[in-house]
Amino acid sequence: MKRVYVNEKWCLGCHLCEYYCAFANSGEDDMVKALKGITIHPRIQIEERGGVSFAVSCRHCEEPLCVKGCITGALTKEDGVIRIDSDRCVGCYTCILSCPYGCVMPSGSGPVQKCELCLNNSAGSPACVRGCPNRAIIFEDSVEVSGK
Amino acid sequence: MSTHYVIIGNSAAAVGCVEGIRQIDKEGKITVIASEPYHTYSRPLISYLLCGKTTEEKMKYRKDGFYEENGCEALLGRTVTAVDPKKKQVALDDGSSVSYDRLLVATGSRPFVPPMEGLDRVDQKFTFMSLADARALQAALTKESRVLIVGAGLIGLKCAEGIFDKVKSLTVLDLANRILPSILDETGSAMVQKYIEGKGVSFILNDSVKKFSETNAELNSGRTVDFDILVVAVGVRPNTALVSDAGGRVNRGIAVDEACLTTLPDVYAAGDCTESFDIAAEENRILALLPNAYMQGECAGINMAGGKKLYDKAIAMNAIGFFGLHMITAGNYKGEEFITETGDSYKKLVYENDVLKGYILIGQVARAGIYTALIRDKTPLSSIDFDLIREKPQLMAFSKTDRANKLARHA
Repeated sequence: MKRVYVNEKWCLGCHLCEYYCAFANSGEDDMVKALKGITIHPRIQIEERGGVSFAVSCRHCEEPLCVKGCITGALTKEDGVIRIDSDRCVGCYTCILSCPYGCVMPSGSGPVQKCELCLNNSAGSPACVRGCPNRAIIFEDSVEVSGK
Repeated sequence: MSTHYVIIGNSAAAVGCVEGIRQIDKEGKITVIASEPYHTYSRPLISYLLCGKTTEEKMKYRKDGFYEENGCEALLGRTVTAVDPKKKQVALDDGSSVSYDRLLVATGSRPFVPPMEGLDRVDQKFTFMSLADARALQAALTKESRVLIVGAGLIGLKCAEGIFDKVKSLTVLDLANRILPSILDETGSAMVQKYIEGKGVSFILNDSVKKFSETNAELNSGRTVDFDILVVAVGVRPNTALVSDAGGRVNRGIAVDEACLTTLPDVYAAGDCTESFDIAAEENRILALLPNAYMQGECAGINMAGGKKLYDKAIAMNAIGFFGLHMITAGNYKGEEFITETGDSYKKLVYENDVLKGYILIGQVARAGIYTALIRDKTPLSSIDFDLIREKPQLMAFSKTDRANKLARHA
């Protein structure tokens, strides 16, 4: 199963992954139109402090507490990928309570959002990884699943 | 010889059990028996149904093909009246019986309606727990309805939110001196109360009904409240009789071990009807919460099918919102406190003996699960940067090695 992994030491803290994520999920063809003057709600987020920065997005856990706790059944795990059906999500935030990585997020409207490895949009493969200038996030087969 | 699993109940714990069994045993027959005649649905969504944020179709907790895909026979609208652990049979209300090899009791809880003088004279009275309750309440409401809700807990206030836009006035009454005492502290209660009052809901606290007439409640303070519709939401009681009648141990809820086995052989129990060990409060409690019900049911299912799983990380936890104000709470509030309060948000972390025991977040709730994990995992606070974790939930607070374990690919 291919996953998004993080190489903390390569991260420049440039936040491009956040912009590529927001663009890929915007439904727009044009990056400027998609992002200019808009508060983005990316599904990947950079944590930074001092000289350290790294990207965090859904780990697609083996034991997905968000899926198990979901009160509606909107969160499911299919073929190793945790998906959200925003039509069924009522925005109760039980998944935000449950996720040990802080990777399910409010979307700015009612339902929550999370990384679906760009399977839910036209990017084809994770846009954050393709946009990263320094290979600080990679999309590779798991050797050992770090999620719990 | 394949195993026959029987599940009494059809909500979160029952669905968790089916999915747990099927992780181990793809062949055995599963029979789901439930009094309610509906496809499995999410109970907490009944308030969202009333305010139009979901539909009965979208309330289904699993898709239409769930029973068929999981090889379940669903006997819905049928009630189990007795369990015979010697014959390994359950008796149904139509006089028939069903044999089991392993049984799950996931009978949930029921609304508790305390005796109140004159309650029988109130024609338009409702509880708020099931789809049938929601349908009945919805049918009775009009734009002119004056509604009195007795109970300012999670159920009473979710009901209030669900019907607020459909009625003329809404008053919530509680014997306690504050709202949501099961999940909030005094500061949090006051903050949320003020917010909900700002939306137009009236509260009467520290007071209770002395007696009812058909459309009026006389309170112990001497005050009176006129109403057209009464909702009683003072609490719930676990449905434990099937197990206690069969000779199984019941304390406040059905007693189960960490494998979710009751004191009766091959009889498991999960969900709101049970009590489990709360690792933050360090005592057995009824944790009547949907995520816990699912996980306990799944654990029971895995064990029923011959796998090994322990349900040993239970804590109280709630994510809930009222009129757009979100709050997430977890664990226990006894210990040292760290509090941050701004105009529209509130954060309280409670810790003791180097572990986080509980938290309350109101308003700003992003990434709360990082706090929940600290409680569940009993992470030593001395192993993380506590200043950073107090500032906000963030993985930066963990050591470089821990961060790599969480996020990096391991060669």
